[in-house]
Amino acid sequence: MRRGTLVVCQIGLFVGLFVLWHVLTATEILPKFFFGEPLVVLMRVRDWFVSGKIYPHLGVTLIETILAFLIGTALGLVFGLWLALSDFAAKLLNPYITALNSMPRVILAPIFAVWFGLDIKSKVMLGITLVFFIVFFSVYNGVREVSPTILANARMLGANGRQLLRHVYLPSATAWVFSSLHASVGMAFVGAVVGEYLGSARGVGYLILQAEGVFDINTVFAGVLVLTACALVLDYAVTLAERRLLRWRPGSVSSNAS
Amino acid sequence: MSTMGTLNLERVTCTFPARGANAGYTAVADVDLDVAEGEFVSVVGPTGCGKSTLLNVAAGLLAPTTGRVTVFGQNLQGINTRAGYLFQSEALMPWRTALQNVTAGLEFRGIAAEQARLHATDWLRRVGLSAHGHKYPHELSGGMRKRVALAQTLILDPKILLMDEPFSALDVQTRSLMETELLNLWAQDRKSVMFVTHDLEEAISLSDRVVVMSAGPASRLIGEFAIDLPRPRDVAEIRLTPGFVEIHKLIWTALRDEVQKAYSLSLS
Ligand SMILES: Nc1ncnc2c1ncn2[C@@H]1O[C@H](COP(=O)(O)OP(=O)(O)OP(=O)(O)O)[C@@H](O)[C@H]1O
Ligand SMILES: [Mg+2]
Repeated sequence: MRRGTLVVCQIGLFVGLFVLWHVLTATEILPKFFFGEPLVVLMRVRDWFVSGKIYPHLGVTLIETILAFLIGTALGLVFGLWLALSDFAAKLLNPYITALNSMPRVILAPIFAVWFGLDIKSKVMLGITLVFFIVFFSVYNGVREVSPTILANARMLGANGRQLLRHVYLPSATAWVFSSLHASVGMAFVGAVVGEYLGSARGVGYLILQAEGVFDINTVFAGVLVLTACALVLDYAVTLAERRLLRWRPGSVSSNAS
Repeated sequence: MSTMGTLNLERVTCTFPARGANAGYTAVADVDLDVAEGEFVSVVGPTGCGKSTLLNVAAGLLAPTTGRVTVFGQNLQGINTRAGYLFQSEALMPWRTALQNVTAGLEFRGIAAEQARLHATDWLRRVGLSAHGHKYPHELSGGMRKRVALAQTLILDPKILLMDEPFSALDVQTRSLMETELLNLWAQDRKSVMFVTHDLEEAISLSDRVVVMSAGPASRLIGEFAIDLPRPRDVAEIRLTPGFVEIHKLIWTALRDEVQKAYSLSLS
């Protein structure tokens, strides 16, 4: 199927779902009180952007997300490389990593709020803990799967330890980082919004919380809609970066987008 | 046989340690092999007999369990820096273009980028890939990738060349082209070559000497044959000469039993 046709179909499906939602709620098959009204939701979104009320909130949420994403990814990359290359460190930290990873880390949100305050820092920290492990594990496993032949070849060509890291491990880890970045973007958002939801004075999560307080389901949906759109945009940015940086990879990189 | 060889393997035994339920496995046992300066030696033997293992030992990538390796009379420890290695499987860095792959070794040695690039461009021309320098390995054909690997190794001008079935994945025509190319390049400065293959015809048409390994486990060298066919050789035509047919018959008799042994072992 041609790419153009595909996009048209995707948009068609989206519109179709909205129409279905509209019909179901307009006929009260689904109660409006619980399921909202799509037209009102869209109006709410429009009002937010026209009045400019959303910008400070959206700005905060995006900054939290992007910071968590960048810092979490960098830490995951560094630790992933380090543990994959140092047998002792890997064995030493293995139980701790497993424990931290299997812990439901969203629970940390209130603790972070106490430690780092109710502003942006605690949300970023929460996002980092979510993003870190995704990137960490894919880099860790990726590095251990670097082709032994490519490694041996680089050594025969005279690469020393540092050059192996820079010219073999890092480029091949990059590929693995990107495979995890799509999941990380989502997790960074979860961190930001959940953090806001549990305590803040700003951000889209805060807007949603306020609306829930007064049973304004349409505003809740409007918030979710805006967040989803932002997540798609960020995900697309990752795809663009991926296409540029992983040009050497066979096959269509775009196929795992969105 | 203690001539001052370029590369000497002395009573080399390689045992891979036991892992889990698997007992230890001795791939090669008590192998003595000398490669003289400028000599082209081929190693043939049934699959799994330990040819790649021997090359890894010669390259310094694998330390022999017992025995030793000397390079220009000196004990080998760690990587054999005098050797270039063409691997059996894909070894190009997929994130580097053909040209960047060829410059890699120079880069590791700290040679200025511009100079390395010029040198590498020249080597790409020599292996007939001038127009393909900007392509990534996955955009090249299997034969082209082998040629890039050849340029990548030869640009460093190693005194010893270790080759592990470099052409086995290629079709017959490309293969014969590459063999000719290899012989031409080799004739220019006569490196010492240790060439592994399971194709006896290839071994004979390229080499000064062919050694035959027995089937594993604990493979040994079971025969050694000097090939005094005149050089320069045409790899395609030489196969039709009476001298070639004769030596082929001789070596094949030695090899056949081992191939059968390896085959029946793999069935049991
Ligand atoms: N790292 C390893 N651990 C355990 N056994 C190994 C290891 N590497 C090789 N072997 C075993 O040693 C034997 C020799 O392997 P090797 O790769 O040297 O064979 P080969 O002669 O190159 O075969 P081929 O012609 O198929 O390439 C095989 O039986 C193989 O299973
Ligand atoms: Mg092999």
